[in-house]
Amino acid sequence: MLEESREELMRFMLLFSRQGKLRLQKWYLATSDKERKKMVRELMQVVLARKPKMCSFLEWRDLKVVYKRYASLYFCCAIEGQDNELITLELIHRYVELLDKYFGSVCELDIIFNFEKAYFILDEFLMGGDVQDTSKKSVLKAIEQADLLQEEDESPRSVLEEMGLA
Amino acid sequence: MSDIVEKTLTALPGLFLQNQPGGGPAAAKASFSSRLGSLVRGITALTSKHEEEKLIQQELSSLKATVSAPTTTLKMMKECMVRLIYCEMLGYDASFGYIHAIKLAQQGNLLEKRVGYLAVSLFLHESHELLLLLVNTVVKDLQSTNLVEVCMALTVVSQIFPREMIPAVLPLIEDKLQHSKEIIRRKAVLALYKFHLIAPNQVQHIHIKFRKALCDRDVGVMAASLHIYLRMIKENSSGYKDLTGSFVTILKQVVGGKLPVDFNYHSVPAPWLQIQLLRILGLLGKDDQRTSELMYDVLDESLRRAELNHNVTYAILFECVHTVYSIYPKSELLEKAAKCIGKFVLSPKINLKYLGLKALTYVIQQDPTLALQHQMTIIECLDHPDPIIKRETLELLYRITNAQNVTVIVQKMLEYLHQSKEEYVIVNLVGKIAELAEKYAPDNAWFIQTMNAVFSVGGDVMHPDIPNNFLRLLAEGFDDETEDQQLRLYAVQSYLTLLDMENVFYPQRFLQVMSWVLGEYSYLLDKETPAEVIAKLYKLLMNDSVSSETKTWLIAAVTKLTPQAHSSDTVERLIHEFTISLDTCMRQHAFELKHLHENVELMTSLLPVDRSCEDLAVDASLSFLDGFVAEGLSQGAAPYKPHHQRQEEKLSQEKVLNFEPYGLSFSSSGFTGRQSPAGISLGSDISGNSAETGLKETNSLKLEGIKKLWGKEGYLPKKESKTGDESGALPIPQESIMENVDQTITKKDQSQVLTQSKEEKEKQLLASSLFVGLGSESTVNLLGKADTVSHKFRRKSKIKEAKSGEASSTHNMTCSSFSSLSNVAYEDDYYLNTLHDRGDKELKTFSLNSELLDSESLTELPLVEKFSNCSLSTPSLFADNSMEIFHPPQSIAASVAKESSLASSFLEETTEYIHSNAMEVCNNETISVSSYKIWKDDCLLMVWSVTNKSGLELKSANLEIFPAENFKVTEQPGCCLPIMEAESTKSFQYSVQIEKPFTEGILSGFIRPLKISSEDFGKLWLSFANDVKQNVKMSESQAALPSALKTLQQKLRLHIIEIIGNEGLLACQLLPSIPCLLHCRVYADVLALWFRSSCSTLPDYLLYQCQKVIEGS
Repeated sequence: MLEESREELMRFMLLFSRQGKLRLQKWYLATSDKERKKMVRELMQVVLARKPKMCSFLEWRDLKVVYKRYASLYFCCAIEGQDNELITLELIHRYVELLDKYFGSVCELDIIFNFEKAYFILDEFLMGGDVQDTSKKSVLKAIEQADLLQEEDESPRSVLEEMGLA
Repeated sequence: MSDIVEKTLTALPGLFLQNQPGGGPAAAKASFSSRLGSLVRGITALTSKHEEEKLIQQELSSLKATVSAPTTTLKMMKECMVRLIYCEMLGYDASFGYIHAIKLAQQGNLLEKRVGYLAVSLFLHESHELLLLLVNTVVKDLQSTNLVEVCMALTVVSQIFPREMIPAVLPLIEDKLQHSKEIIRRKAVLALYKFHLIAPNQVQHIHIKFRKALCDRDVGVMAASLHIYLRMIKENSSGYKDLTGSFVTILKQVVGGKLPVDFNYHSVPAPWLQIQLLRILGLLGKDDQRTSELMYDVLDESLRRAELNHNVTYAILFECVHTVYSIYPKSELLEKAAKCIGKFVLSPKINLKYLGLKALTYVIQQDPTLALQHQMTIIECLDHPDPIIKRETLELLYRITNAQNVTVIVQKMLEYLHQSKEEYVIVNLVGKIAELAEKYAPDNAWFIQTMNAVFSVGGDVMHPDIPNNFLRLLAEGFDDETEDQQLRLYAVQSYLTLLDMENVFYPQRFLQVMSWVLGEYSYLLDKETPAEVIAKLYKLLMNDSVSSETKTWLIAAVTKLTPQAHSSDTVERLIHEFTISLDTCMRQHAFELKHLHENVELMTSLLPVDRSCEDLAVDASLSFLDGFVAEGLSQGAAPYKPHHQRQEEKLSQEKVLNFEPYGLSFSSSGFTGRQSPAGISLGSDISGNSAETGLKETNSLKLEGIKKLWGKEGYLPKKESKTGDESGALPIPQESIMENVDQTITKKDQSQVLTQSKEEKEKQLLASSLFVGLGSESTVNLLGKADTVSHKFRRKSKIKEAKSGEASSTHNMTCSSFSSLSNVAYEDDYYLNTLHDRGDKELKTFSLNSELLDSESLTELPLVEKFSNCSLSTPSLFADNSMEIFHPPQSIAASVAKESSLASSFLEETTEYIHSNAMEVCNNETISVSSYKIWKDDCLLMVWSVTNKSGLELKSANLEIFPAENFKVTEQPGCCLPIMEAESTKSFQYSVQIEKPFTEGILSGFIRPLKISSEDFGKLWLSFANDVKQNVKMSESQAALPSALKTLQQKLRLHIIEIIGNEGLLACQLLPSIPCLLHCRVYADVLALWFRSSCSTLPDYLLYQCQKVIEGS
């Protein structure tokens, strides 16, 4: 009958700017450094060349790429096989919502300067490429819990201390 | 001290920059992370790539100094790590920091640890050697009382842990399944899911705990466990049918909005959870009516509920449609699903349209009329500006191609092909076109021209099978010799025309195809003499853009044509030119040609015309060289040693690890392993294709020893009307096929007196030519039956035939499958078709569903009791067993069965091997079938006994056995009985073998002791690359090594080679000959097992079995 693999396998997620600057990359499958660079470069070219009214899905190499642009930033997921592209698109949207809630109307600069936070949120939302928690509240709760420790820690430091001289 | 000052100086500009007033909230936040901020700003301020590089290199060297300075605090290290990650993201190498990332994860406080772990997960991948250093940290954090630490450890474990490191953390993570916090339980489940993906055998023992996770009171944990279930059900759906009810209930609750509002996404309840459940249901209900019936209601509700006009509801709908079409069909649901697809296809949103096309592609084979409904939309999508939509449409068309619409569809595909540049697309599309052309080509000219297009576009990226198959097809031909000759002649003519064109470059593969065809079939030409063809080939040979591989093909073609040519100026010129060539391969060919040219008689006998298909008798042993060898030996030459023997010797001298797996037998292969250059060139000369000599094996066209692969019946030379159908499409003139299809359509247009706009009409016409043969009357065509008949060039597809074979057994009743205790997929259905041939020809069919089999492993009694742990069960090997019994006319009531005597009678024959007890498989009043297994040295022998219990003879009893995937059954002689006497028993033996090694479930029947010496063990041990280690706790009863090993010997049939002190060596093999070695060592009550094998999965499997045996007893 109908034999197709229906598996949600995410290969990687990229965030990059309209100028083609990579802002975040998460690889869920071991890929060599060289290959990564090549893939990122190629994929950015392909996605940036797409016109605004075009489909959010792309067939690229043996992968399906789902992308969406938010302001100046492209969010881009590569999935395998015959996955449901639409739900992947919503997955991107949920991630953006999480970022938005966390940073308070997020913009590209937030992600540039606090990219490690963006990674933490992503890790809390997706684990190894699979949706871990769909509840917005619990994802942010987990992040905030860890952040609380951070704030206690963020005592003012002298310039000298910061430079390793103290 | 000076470097610290320098650091300070390099950091200063950043500090100044930081003090500049920033704009907006982002900049304000950014000022906290000072150094990163200045780095980022520094980079943005730069204009050229070169400057950026300089700045980053500077940054990296300052970072390098900082991270390795002993004075650097962990807090600073954390800050450095962030910058390192940033530099890596920009594409610069920061590998010097990897070790510090691990250190940070190990030593830092919570916050530093978090950054450390993040850096580790971004920097390292599964096979990175530094990961080993992380194990202790992870183990420590998993045991921590701090929740955040445990979470971090679980996250990193699920991201980058390789399978070798799983045993170190597995027990700890297992414990976490009982943790009081749901977040920990959830992450633990997901981590175990990842383990299941990379090493399923290692988590096999915790399946029962997954059930607990499925019933967890927390929705998140339950949802996480669905990942595992989806995976496991995909591997073996029959083992989880009992959970269908639970999944349905969960889905009902989710759809009914019973979950906390938290899980809503745009007021849709837990969409990811819904989709996961729908996928699971789709797998469970596939081909299973009873299970499918359980889910009809909830699917109906899902379809009904998803009405909100939002992407996420469409995502759920799409999944729903998929599930509805996957499970046992219900017309009502199918109707609704079809309506849904319509919604997608007709949507103005491009994303939905795309999914609509995708869904159509998926369901089209089941319901071709759906394509008819949406034909106008499909036509529109064909000309869509977005290439992705076009491509999906072509995919759809590819699925509905038949003999009537093939020309139009292929035309559309070629158009797309000419526009696309991406290699992957080209390879994919070219393959499809070639397949369709071979299957449905309406005539020779079209076929050759289409293939020309395929070769010139697909060129050197396409799959090598395409040119290989094409040449094979030309060479072998079909039933009709004149038709074959016409096809060949047409090919030759078309290639000559192509070669006449100036300044056109063809891909190398195409040139190779051309040269082979011209070399073989130029003799069919009337006008052009072989000399002229040779001249053309010569021109190509002198062309610099032709690769040396292609040149060998060309020269081979010239060689073949030379005996046919009358004048041979060109040939002589060629010989002259190439005997001094720098390319040794070409030089050799030229010399061969030269010598053959001098001896015309030999040449004509060596290179006969049109004999490419005939089998060659190749003297593989090279016996004609024996005299030469003997002479050499007598003169004191060293005897020849085969390659592997030489390597072995070299190895034993050098004591270097050999990573090549050894075969089991060490006997040298003698003559067969012998190869000499002379042998190769001779062999290929005879084959008439000396081009091969110089070719690399991987990407050359292999033509030697061509076998008959093309079914004769595939070719039907009937001239069917190509487009004569009810919708009135006009026949397409052959000449115009390769040109723009629009022209043809316009021509037809004029003949139609209709008032539609021209464009509309074109579309309609295109539609009628595309969807020809898709109407309800011709539905069958699509489903394959008529297809196979109308194939002109048929590719022999084993899978397809197997499928139609299954379908054609019309007597069979619907299967009903049942789950068993073990995980093995049971799909055994026995059909006892009893035909009472008494005038009325009444056909009685009754299916005997052998519930008996369920208890199979339990009924393996006395003799094999010790093997009862092995989960091999006879019937599970066979996917489908059917049996037909024809009663003779005088059939009367059945007599009493005598099974007790039966078993003993056939056990006698085979006492020298260990065997299982006989077990009844099925029976009725006339006949009973039972079976038992014999573990022979070289195979597993299955004996099936059929007993005629009636007092009458049976005629034409027929026992058919089909092995399951991965198994092969060889029939022993005498399996078909013309007559079966009354009250007699007859046994049939089948030997079962594994076709390729795999390790799912039921291998234990194929494990045999491997009797080798300790010395051989040592040699083999070093040569195996795959190893697995594990410590197993022994039960008290077998605390001593010998008794533990004895258990392994008895239960798993491992051979004990030697026991030295507290160490033991064992060996076994998986039939036919995959060795596996085991090294055991005892410390107190712990047995350390260490497996090595040439097969990567076997050690895992055996480890699991040993664990079961040792821990279980």
